[in-house]
Amino acid sequence: MSEKVKKIDSKIPEGPVAEKWTNYKAHQRLVNPKNKLKLDVIVVGTGLAGASAAASLGEMGFNVLNFCIQDSPRRAHSIAAQGGINAAKNYQNDGDSVYRLFYDTIKGGDYRAREANVYRLAEVSNSIIDQCVAQGVPFAREYGGLLDNRSFGGAQVSRTFYAKGQTGQQLLLGAYSALSRQVNKGTVKLYTRYEMLDVVIIEGRARGIIARNLVTGKIERFFGHAVVIGTGGYGNTYFLSTNAMGSNGSAAMQIYRKGAYFANPCYAQIHPTCIPVHGDIQSKLTLMSESLRNDGRIWVPKKLEDAKAIQEGRKTANDIPDEDRDFYLERRYPAFGNLVPRDVASRAAKERCDKGFGVNNTGLAVFLDFKYAIQRLGKDVVAQKYGNLFQMYEKITDENPYEVPMKIFPAIHYTMGGIWVDYELMTSIPGLFAIGEANFSDHGANRLGASALMQGLADGYFVLPYTIQNYLADQIQVPRMSTDLPEFVEAEKGVQDKINKLMSIQGSESVDSIHKRLGHIMWEYVGMGRTKEGLETAMKKLKELKKEFWSNVYIPGEANTLNTELEKALRLSDFLEIGYLMAIDGYNRNESCGGHFREEYQTEEGEALRQDDQYSYVACWKYTGENSDPELLKEPLDYEETERKTRNYKN
Amino acid sequence: MGKEKELNITLKVWRQRGPQEKGAFETYQLEGISTESSFLEMLDVLNEKLVKERKEPVVFDHDCREGICGMCSLYINGHPHGKDQEVTTCQLHMRRFNDGDTITIEPWRSAAFPVIRDLMVDRSAFDKIMQAGGYTSVNTGGIPDANAIPIPKPVADEAMDAASCIGCGACVAACKNGSAMLFVSAKVSQLALLPQGKVEAAKRVKAMIAKMDELGFGNCTNTRACEAECPKAVSISNIARLNREFICAKLKD
Repeated sequence: MSEKVKKIDSKIPEGPVAEKWTNYKAHQRLVNPKNKLKLDVIVVGTGLAGASAAASLGEMGFNVLNFCIQDSPRRAHSIAAQGGINAAKNYQNDGDSVYRLFYDTIKGGDYRAREANVYRLAEVSNSIIDQCVAQGVPFAREYGGLLDNRSFGGAQVSRTFYAKGQTGQQLLLGAYSALSRQVNKGTVKLYTRYEMLDVVIIEGRARGIIARNLVTGKIERFFGHAVVIGTGGYGNTYFLSTNAMGSNGSAAMQIYRKGAYFANPCYAQIHPTCIPVHGDIQSKLTLMSESLRNDGRIWVPKKLEDAKAIQEGRKTANDIPDEDRDFYLERRYPAFGNLVPRDVASRAAKERCDKGFGVNNTGLAVFLDFKYAIQRLGKDVVAQKYGNLFQMYEKITDENPYEVPMKIFPAIHYTMGGIWVDYELMTSIPGLFAIGEANFSDHGANRLGASALMQGLADGYFVLPYTIQNYLADQIQVPRMSTDLPEFVEAEKGVQDKINKLMSIQGSESVDSIHKRLGHIMWEYVGMGRTKEGLETAMKKLKELKKEFWSNVYIPGEANTLNTELEKALRLSDFLEIGYLMAIDGYNRNESCGGHFREEYQTEEGEALRQDDQYSYVACWKYTGENSDPELLKEPLDYEETERKTRNYKN
Repeated sequence: MGKEKELNITLKVWRQRGPQEKGAFETYQLEGISTESSFLEMLDVLNEKLVKERKEPVVFDHDCREGICGMCSLYINGHPHGKDQEVTTCQLHMRRFNDGDTITIEPWRSAAFPVIRDLMVDRSAFDKIMQAGGYTSVNTGGIPDANAIPIPKPVADEAMDAASCIGCGACVAACKNGSAMLFVSAKVSQLALLPQGKVEAAKRVKAMIAKMDELGFGNCTNTRACEAECPKAVSISNIARLNREFICAKLKD
């Protein structure tokens, strides 16, 4: 592994952090309306980031091509976000401000995010709420008719806007409706059930993509003056995650192999409140919204014998009197209590379960109890706030959370790492941009709840539509290129060769069976608690598994038609590479920060111990070839505005 | 969760190579399916078994597997999303079935949703209806403060109930007329209730209804099958509002 330090230019504007974005916008280059008509922009993905970007670019007059793998843009996994979206409106008069949202996000990210980006995110957050209300997003309201807020982890103010437990759905449908309007106007052309399989680079710039029509199996070429990747995160590397079944990291890996840096791959978020695993044939994990921690209290029994009795089915939660319950988050973190950030809550649950206090038959669960909220507020109020989440829980587990506490356990939920982008959201390949969860930019080593929706929409509505013009202003003289150019032909051939190779293996293992094995390796060695030895083991096992995949996978059917097993195999081939990147990055990062917890680096109380003198940088991994380890480049993180401290949620 | 049991079941699954090809039911036996698993996980087991036998798996749409993306779309024992109330197929669990059951699985049945393969159908007609008018005509930026127009809580809540539609198409599949009225009415209602959407309400309802008719969806004859089968319990009262909006808009023409 090379330790060579290369300076990476993140193009952060000069000036005080609060003025950077204003200054940038005042001085950036723009494209005039007539020239916009001559420019094609490809947007891959229709989640919050992709749909909002495609719609906004279409409104501006660009000619947009928008791709998604689902049957409709409305299916993108942003739709599953439950709890809410943050903004610094300070409608509650509780002391919120742009600066405080910025500060909370930097601190929540364990001082591993770029200050300038985060400040801009906090700055545009308020416009997002305005925009969504204008689209007809039915946010929750108070009786006076004004917008309601609730609290989320890592904040001491109520700044989270929500629409029942379906905020992501409502925001995505808002973006989808804006997108639909542009499709109707003809500014956006939609390609549903299409999967990007490579980016096309011409003279060093992104100029198009190769995509497979998932219904016909046909490989097609598309030209764009610029390409925007909004394809989400890579949490499905773990097989079991809260991501949708189709969520994948393949677009990110395709552009990584073409020279885009992959930043901080080891930063994965493990969400503390998911429904525990039930068995081998489980296909995904369901998240229970963080908003539940507003009123639910998390506990395990104080006495080991009680925990054992619950595990063996001899006792239930309701048999344990209050004095024998250990509300361990309230005990350890009095100031934030049950609303500590996700990484802290997840590790605390793991710590209790590792010590034997887990509360279901596998010993891998803790209680999330609403008894106290029901006593305090009444069942009706609780039902109004969380009714649909309770119903969802009951459907899956057949247990009624009004009567018995929920059982929850951490699961992979979100990836803070992703494609490296500069301040303009451009990757290290000119003309190639990455937005939303697909990029690495704003959450540092840990994302706060209700901030993913904020970032996706900030990137898509208010950042990229500006910054992309600074690039496209140069491109107005570039005519639309033919997709018969040799670069397109060659990229398509590469895709075709890969598919042919996969189809020809004709081994004996199904795609899912290998993916499950990948998931086990990742959860075991690159999960909540990582060690040097564990990561070494992971890298070794991942190399073996990759070899096995490429020699023993079996894909039925044919390539030139609809083939769901081939789709999964193509994605798995990339997950195997991402898993390795995550392991090598975690191995390199000899510290604990946010979602990356190296067991060797912790305080006596078991809290994450950062090594700011050595690791205050963005780890950017550069592809060096199929069989060699990637090269590490470092973008130093300078903190001008905030003082780096050990995160304290105790007092 | 000590209530776990194992089931042996028989599946009758609709298999169809393509839109123009003739389909037929195939029968499969599955053993030892955990009652804790979801319906789609049971289909995963079937597909793993088929792949092991070097056969092509059953194609079906699915994605989020938590009842919100609206992608899953199976007609199970004569009901869209199965017999349970207010669930999507992915939320249906095997504990709702008994050992020895025979389960029949078909794609959505509707002329407007042609079969792509097996249980996967083409619902792009819904997107086309949305494109005809399912939005407020506002561009990004330059928007007044979100609290500038207070909206009574009951109105916001009613709009939210309508907006909870996931666009799965169960309403169309359940309807003997293949009508998309519940889907259209959910969007029309949501936007007509809110001051932001009211501005274009008349134009919107006419455009969406015209597109719905053009795409070959049937008419509503108030059988209420859509409401009964809707996984999100979208109320048929939205159709009443749709009719009212439509008539008012037409009268002004």
